Amino acid sequence: MRLTEDHIAIRETIAKFIDNEINPYCDEWEKAGIFPAHALFKKMGDLGLLGIAKPAEYGGMGLDYSYQIIFSEELGRIRSGGVSMAIGVQTDMSTPALAKHGSDELKRKFLTKAISGEAVFSIAVSEPHAGSDVAAIKTRAVKDGDDYIINGTKMWITNSTQADYLCLLCNTEGDHPHKNKSMIIVPTNLKGISFSERLDKLGMRSSDTAQIFFDDVRVPQSNLVGVEGAGFIYQMQQFQEERLYATAGTLKNMEDCINDTIDYARERQVFGQSVLDNQVVHFRLAELQTEVSALRALVYDAVDGYINNEDVTLKASMAKLKAGRLVREVTDSCLQYWGGNGFMWDNPVSRAYRDSRLLSIGGGADEIMLGIICKQMGTLPRKKH
Amino acid sequence: MESELKAELSLFRDNVIRFIDNEIIPHYEQWERDEIIPRDLWNKLGAQGFLALDIPEEYGGYASPYIFTTVLIEEFQRKNCSSLGVPMTVHSDIVAHYVLNNGTEAQKSKYLPKMVTGECVGAIAMTEPGTGSDLQGIRTTAKRDGDDYILNGSKTFITNGQHCDMVIVVARTNLDTPGSKGTSLFIVDCDAEGFIRGRNLEKIGLHASDTSELSFQDVRVPASAILGELDAGFFVLMGELQRERLSLAIGSVSAAEGILADTIAYVKEREAFGKPISQLQNTRFKLAEMSTEIRVNRAFVNDCVDQFIKGSLDVATVSMAKLSTTEMQNRVADGCLQLHGGYGYMREYGVSRAYVDARVQRIYGGTSEIMKELISRDLLK
Repeated sequence: MRLTEDHIAIRETIAKFIDNEINPYCDEWEKAGIFPAHALFKKMGDLGLLGIAKPAEYGGMGLDYSYQIIFSEELGRIRSGGVSMAIGVQTDMSTPALAKHGSDELKRKFLTKAISGEAVFSIAVSEPHAGSDVAAIKTRAVKDGDDYIINGTKMWITNSTQADYLCLLCNTEGDHPHKNKSMIIVPTNLKGISFSERLDKLGMRSSDTAQIFFDDVRVPQSNLVGVEGAGFIYQMQQFQEERLYATAGTLKNMEDCINDTIDYARERQVFGQSVLDNQVVHFRLAELQTEVSALRALVYDAVDGYINNEDVTLKASMAKLKAGRLVREVTDSCLQYWGGNGFMWDNPVSRAYRDSRLLSIGGGADEIMLGIICKQMGTLPRKKH
Repeated sequence: MESELKAELSLFRDNVIRFIDNEIIPHYEQWERDEIIPRDLWNKLGAQGFLALDIPEEYGGYASPYIFTTVLIEEFQRKNCSSLGVPMTVHSDIVAHYVLNNGTEAQKSKYLPKMVTGECVGAIAMTEPGTGSDLQGIRTTAKRDGDDYILNGSKTFITNGQHCDMVIVVARTNLDTPGSKGTSLFIVDCDAEGFIRGRNLEKIGLHASDTSELSFQDVRVPASAILGELDAGFFVLMGELQRERLSLAIGSVSAAEGILADTIAYVKEREAFGKPISQLQNTRFKLAEMSTEIRVNRAFVNDCVDQFIKGSLDVATVSMAKLSTTEMQNRVADGCLQLHGGYGYMREYGVSRAYVDARVQRIYGGTSEIMKELISRDLLK
């Protein structure tokens, strides 16, 4: 991936936006357990930041995906994982399939609002009994006249209590778990939709996460994305962007963590020298930075392939697996060098430590990434029937 | 005789478990939210005979063999109640033993009986904002004034800082020599003028354990408040570290045992890809690895306990135990959380609490890095 002046200009716009409009408020939003998604997304939409790689005819910038990844990477500088995750849900998790497979009507009606920031989007895939095992979801949409009637429960839904629209994955007709799923855009103000209390999480405290209940929710069939029965495939494709976003988003997050720790360790004196002057400390930080740089190369490589319409499933899955593991290692190692301060709640590294634990779980757990990689390597045993 | 002890021990363990199940677990989540336990819980623990139980009978204790203390640590940790287990260890295994092993007759009679009943909660104030593991850098001073000493300085990360009635303070008494030769310990009653409790610190884990900043502004104490010899504070500290680190090591192994047991139950229930995840090889192998790690550390810690009882536990060995068990506990907590998937990230699941509670075990009581320093010093001496 070769960065042009345009890439750098976009990066600077985002950086400035984060410094002025996001980072000063992160502590407040962490405490509140929620952030003002509508107000923030509107501001981002006004700058064109929510549709960088989305088609120009629906309000996007129409740039290639390399610009989007620069955006994702810069979001890693946000000092609250919940906020960057919420933005990623809007741009890279709940709208890629709509942009790619949705009808013109659907895109005019919904995608334009996601890009302008007028509306907040959520992706509703996981269920209480089906997290990484997407094929096992039970939520069902049954045809009735021109509508679908939806029943079921969705779990761990980011942005949900503030969302205007859900990109919902549910079962329609048929029994084959990979061919009976459909993707439907569901407005959250419909009769029959209700939410749980906000879920109390270990980290990502600024992000509202809840369970969503569907009780005979009626949606027009025209809200179907693409064709019926292709939902599982769409979601698997959509996951590619989610995983690239998530990986890119950890890079600067890890580097901030390393740099904050360098600053702290340089100041902090122990046994007559700075903590940083201990060989184990500066060597360890060098190892971690080396790994982050290697991961960045893998992400950029995957993005090059993605722009050239190659299947990047293998690279995106490897990147996500590596990111989930590396971010745990980086935040854990850095926290250690803060000593007792590292165990305190109001510490940038301890927040990153709590926030980043999710990466190995959400968006397909490490174990799912391993399964996909094995499949791509041709080593996954065939199912015995 | 031995079988009698065994029977007594097993009875004691049952009592501890029953108490935790009935009196602790139903309220624990609320205390975690409150970020403190009710003060009278200390009295309840005392009434049960769960505080400083190895203190001799002449000071109100039960003179219980050390092995009873290990049962207490084990069960509170196994039940994922670190926010209680840790403060109890500070009170019983650290503070009470500092007094018992170094105190004057007057100090022992004054504090120990009340520490056994829970009427007096103990804390120890070593760490300062500028110094964690490096005790040489302590800045709190105690200046002689007639027959008294005047204490000034700030301490931080003090367990039991909100509830404590007495605190052992580490302070410099001689600024002309290195810290190791010019430091003393003082017992300060918390109603002393100039003693100020700071805020209850917000931590990433151990929420119900109150941890505070403390400050001392011209706190006047008599010379009789010195614990141990003047300027010999470091000898006292060095003498007591073994017990503290051993307690942490026992706690780590037990916490890991508890969370693994919970996780084994969970993976049998939770289904993915049409079967319980316990049937996935990855799950089974992870459990096998973690269980093996726990067992190896359990054997090591039990051996350390035996050596400690015999009086032959050396610094390098207990440092290895603290290093090995606490690092292992963190790996197990992380591995168990992963097997819980999205639920592991939700605070209502015990595994998420175990994960954040575990993290500090590698920091307090001497960080893993300090343990490595001590071990390597012994290897290269």
